[in-house]
Amino acid sequence: METIVFSLLNGTIYGLLLFMLSSGLTLIFSMMGVLNFAHASFYMLGAYCAYTIMGVTNFWLALLLAPILVGAVGMGVERWGLRKVHANGHVAELLFTFGLAYLIDEVVKIIWGRTSVNYKVPESLDFTLFTLYGSNYPAYRIFILFVSIFMLVSLWYLLKKTRVGLIIQAALTHPHMVGHLGHNVPLVFMGVFGAGCALAGLAGVIGGNYFITDPAMAVQMGPIVFVVVVVGGLGSLEGAFVAAMLIGILQTSAVSINASFADIFGFLGMTATSEVGGITIASLAPMLPFLMLVLILIVKPTGLMGDREV
Amino acid sequence: MSEPMLQVTDLHAYYGKSHVLNGVNMEIMPGEVIALLGRNGVGRSTTAKAIMGEVAPVGSVRFKGQEIGGMPNHKISRLGLGYVPESRDIFPTMTVRQNLMLGVKDLRNPGKYTVDQMLDMFPNLRERADNMAGVLSGGEKQMLTMCRTLMGDPDLIIIDEPTEGLAPKIVHQVGEMIAEIAKSGVSILLVEQKLSIALKIADRVYVMGHGEIVYSGTPEDFKTRDDIRKEWLEV
Repeated sequence: METIVFSLLNGTIYGLLLFMLSSGLTLIFSMMGVLNFAHASFYMLGAYCAYTIMGVTNFWLALLLAPILVGAVGMGVERWGLRKVHANGHVAELLFTFGLAYLIDEVVKIIWGRTSVNYKVPESLDFTLFTLYGSNYPAYRIFILFVSIFMLVSLWYLLKKTRVGLIIQAALTHPHMVGHLGHNVPLVFMGVFGAGCALAGLAGVIGGNYFITDPAMAVQMGPIVFVVVVVGGLGSLEGAFVAAMLIGILQTSAVSINASFADIFGFLGMTATSEVGGITIASLAPMLPFLMLVLILIVKPTGLMGDREV
Repeated sequence: MSEPMLQVTDLHAYYGKSHVLNGVNMEIMPGEVIALLGRNGVGRSTTAKAIMGEVAPVGSVRFKGQEIGGMPNHKISRLGLGYVPESRDIFPTMTVRQNLMLGVKDLRNPGKYTVDQMLDMFPNLRERADNMAGVLSGGEKQMLTMCRTLMGDPDLIIIDEPTEGLAPKIVHQVGEMIAEIAKSGVSILLVEQKLSIALKIADRVYVMGHGEIVYSGTPEDFKTRDDIRKEWLEV
């Protein structure tokens, strides 16, 4: 019981963080038609910016400024980079984002060094919120939960209930028509790219001190975010949400299962003496998202809720 | 004599290496309804696309005296030039009402119609107002896309093949609707193959052949020109 409750709670938090990253990525995918390889780099940029801003001022200002800063960088990249590359087709765009990811990686290493920085949970949030089954639960995790839910509701409201949201949705599927109706589609695209990057930045701000802020964080997070977007269905926000929660909870639960293959074989009345017996379920956790990716591409190539083939 | 609303001079367009428009010349006066006729593949839709910037135009396209060749499409639209493409391009996951709202360019300065007035004018759409546009029939989609463009209060609408793929009864309805739009004083460039509709509402007729205009005249004159019909329209 204890394991289930904590796994669900932690899994939900991880899932929401994944969604914060993948929501931006999936919107940007709808717009560009290709996956943005540099998306997780904006997540890393968010964490590092927050670390620096927090060093000068405080966490709350970092929480506000870092996403804005990352969003502004994103808009610049769209305006002076992608928009020009877009004219040369998808392969050029893909290569551009690929290069950009490495570029941001190197810039981060030059500015902040090759090892991890000491980006910590702020003192005001560094306490035990409640004790459940004898275990302390840190307040910061619940804080992540609230920020994520707030972001989720705002995003949903913006896209579904406002005129800007309607224009964005229409522009993602029918950019030319929306232009002929008098809406400035290039501006909309710059905004979407910037907002997507800002969301990734926000995930970095609240995730960087929950995990570790180091130059490898983009490379670690990137593939999982891709998996979320593809499993959910390219371009589908609802799908990305379901996939993010699924992967979040599945992976977190797997980590907490304290059993090995030997136990399972034993349960089945067999004995395993080879290396296989020594494999624990927990050690399979990092594999699960990619297993899902491979399976979903075989079974349902459009993803859980998408309508486009990869 | 007033200025033409749209003046197209020596317009060329290319798809890759193939030369589709061979120097099109046409003009549309304020309030005029023009039918652009011709067989499939002679460049009628391409003319519409080149005016709207969907295909890169080579030559001069002047709208209200201003050169619009190479201008971003939202700026062309904001000058008062509306476009109803052949592909209709309704937004399928939004309601009819939402589709119409997106036709409004600027909420602070809306056009002469509100969504409700538009729905009153076209009762077929009123019934469907809160349905998703994706489930409408072909005819309803065509009406919706024309109404959506009207919401932006254009002075000239280019309507590309509005009756394509529609049942005869619906074709008639769409024809009535275009006549209705014309009555409201909006200029129309109608790209159409069905002579019955085109000749009924047009003030002037252009016929295209091989990427250029081969005939220009009134519907009355056109009806007497069997030679033009045989050479450029009949299959």
